[in-house]
Amino acid sequence: MNAAFWGWLVLLFPLLGSVLIGLSFRVLPARTAGLIGIGAIVAAFACGIAAVVSLQGEPAESRHVADSLWQYASVGGFQIDLGIYVDPLSLFMVLVVTGVSSLIHVYSFSYMKSDAGYHRFFSYLNFFVFSMLLLVLAGNFVLLIVGWAFVGFASYALISYWYRRETATRAGMKAFVINVVGDIGLVLAAILIFRELGVIDYQAVFEKAPEVFTTTNEWTAVAICLLLLVGAFAKSAQMPFHTWLADAMEGPTPVSSLIHAATMVTAGVYLIARAHPLFELAPAAADVAAIVGLVTLLVAGTIAIVVTDLKRIIAYSTMSQIGYMFVAVGIGAYSAGMFHLMTHAFFKALLFMAAGSVIAAMANMQNIDRMKGFYKAMPFTAAMLIIGALALSGFPGTSGWFSKDEIIDFAAFRGGWYEIFAIGGYIGAFMTAIYSFRIIFRILPGPPCEEATHLIETGHVVHGQPVNPATGEKEDVEVGYPGEDHHIAEQAMGMKIGMSVLGFLALVGGLVQIPGVTEVITHFLEPSFEDSPLAAMHPSVAEAWKGLAKGALISVLGIAFTWWLYIGRPSVPETLRRTFRPLHTLFVNKWYGDEAINFLIVRPVKGLGRFANERFERYAIGGLTSGTIALVRSAGGAVRDLQTGMLRGYALLMGVGTVAILLYFLIRSI
Amino acid sequence: MAIEWYLVLSALLFSIGFAGVLVRRNPVVVLLCLELMLSGGALAMLSFSRLHGDGDGQVFVLMVLVVAASEVVVGLGLVVAMFRRRIPLDVDEMKELRG
Repeated sequence: MNAAFWGWLVLLFPLLGSVLIGLSFRVLPARTAGLIGIGAIVAAFACGIAAVVSLQGEPAESRHVADSLWQYASVGGFQIDLGIYVDPLSLFMVLVVTGVSSLIHVYSFSYMKSDAGYHRFFSYLNFFVFSMLLLVLAGNFVLLIVGWAFVGFASYALISYWYRRETATRAGMKAFVINVVGDIGLVLAAILIFRELGVIDYQAVFEKAPEVFTTTNEWTAVAICLLLLVGAFAKSAQMPFHTWLADAMEGPTPVSSLIHAATMVTAGVYLIARAHPLFELAPAAADVAAIVGLVTLLVAGTIAIVVTDLKRIIAYSTMSQIGYMFVAVGIGAYSAGMFHLMTHAFFKALLFMAAGSVIAAMANMQNIDRMKGFYKAMPFTAAMLIIGALALSGFPGTSGWFSKDEIIDFAAFRGGWYEIFAIGGYIGAFMTAIYSFRIIFRILPGPPCEEATHLIETGHVVHGQPVNPATGEKEDVEVGYPGEDHHIAEQAMGMKIGMSVLGFLALVGGLVQIPGVTEVITHFLEPSFEDSPLAAMHPSVAEAWKGLAKGALISVLGIAFTWWLYIGRPSVPETLRRTFRPLHTLFVNKWYGDEAINFLIVRPVKGLGRFANERFERYAIGGLTSGTIALVRSAGGAVRDLQTGMLRGYALLMGVGTVAILLYFLIRSI
Repeated sequence: MAIEWYLVLSALLFSIGFAGVLVRRNPVVVLLCLELMLSGGALAMLSFSRLHGDGDGQVFVLMVLVVAASEVVVGLGLVVAMFRRRIPLDVDEMKELRG
């Protein structure tokens, strides 16, 4: 059985799980539905491994399989297949997506226990994973768009999962609308590709592209890549399409974890890595990707340092880390970008899970100002938080250390103006250390807060009033709201399993790619990037270790600085805040990203809409229709008097008319 | 006998019928007059059929008879329905379709 067969099975299981749970929610017991959901993803993961095994058996140059089930359309020599493309890159994504998703499913199995919409949740969750797998396995740009749009829909459904909460439905719509903007870019890119090259399959496109895009029409390639980037930016929450990501925190915590770690936001990175032959023909576009990534990683870092909502801090850190990945794939460090994608999936999923545990223990409060002393209350969660934060800030030895510094090393190695990515990367790394350990130092040590005390004394989680954490509105416990809430925190088995596996991976996941020692990821992905001159470039092992040492220094310095800030001199943050008040206001308001979009896009469009409604609709369209009505009515009025309703009158008229016609013919015939 | 007589009789029948349709207001009588008009037409066709010596006209007359019978059935049905509902039996009263 070849890799394509296993690829189809990878797609089949989550789809089957989603449909099965979705259709039989009336008869299936909730636990069974959850188990089916977990089973489907684990099965997909197993098939992914089988595909890897079967693919690794091939020689390196033929490690790619394209396979198609049937034809979507076949028009005039142009055909679209329902085809998948299995190569090391797509399989790498499959493994990351299904692996992390299985753990998130296990976590959700416990976390969502008290929710009235348990079946719906697992059905959506499986569908989300299916969409993402379709996106990464797609063999042509059409199927890619299908998966891309499915992911957008699934994220909408899950962010708005508590559909009676208005803030949640709004956040879902925002995510969906911004993603659709990205979809449009992607669709336009696909149309342009087809117009220029006449093919739509990955292999054919990448083979033909270097012949068609020469120096004379280089800008067409740039246009295509920029349009692809619009899609990638929207899906991966890069500037200026980043505003939906923080609002997406309205969904249940496992959903945040899924969106940030395994599915969704990594799609943009994957897209650029997948389309790297095009981006290498259009270096200008690749540079745009890298610059936007750099800007995003710096801006998101500053926001993450000041916001006080626990989940939002982690959300902005995702934006920042995705920024690193964009820098990586933009400057050509593809395998480093994918490596960071993988390690990020581990520690980000872990951080969200631990945060979910803390939030559940706080009876749904998410403000870190109120959290204190959780080290004593929940030692397991605290340990997991610390592991996650260590990996995120790139502490020596953890997974984040290896992956982040590989990107920065490559930027420094390419030299020239690419140095700015290295410098920006180090600044970002310093900020990463600050915001990740800000969480740790603020919520773990110190005298336990009310909720933590309750947990320590009784061993139970506080049962809070069901309220919306964003607005404080009271909620009932029916379906469509979180319900009585998760009085489970870390005590539930599923959550513990999910967190400990991820914690282990976040700690040691980097060991697969030690410079000069293992480098498993680079070798594994090599066949996918063999056509790229950039991928063949490598900083030497000595340089890599020098970079790692620098990264370790910055990370440790950052953590120490944060310790001094929050533990050593607790008065300093307040002083800093007061001294740099305008800067703080700017950061807390997220650099006014929402307001800028509001001002630049929403308001003009609304104004246009109002003009169309009040002027154009009323006078132009309204005038046209009422004019037509008046015309018909007056014409009718002219002849209506003839309709007397007098039967005898009609008969007379008919008789007279017939006689008149007969007379006419008679006279003419004479 | 010359064909003229038949044609004159046919024209008379048709005209009497048409006049009746125009002047009478009782629907039963109007139907009756319509039958007269049909018979007038039928008679003319029969005459010409005999004159030319072929049967087409006669076949057509049979058709006309069938049509006349159906028309009477529908018309009388309407009259009975009007009677049942105590609607005055007067065609001039029925002018709801006035524009």
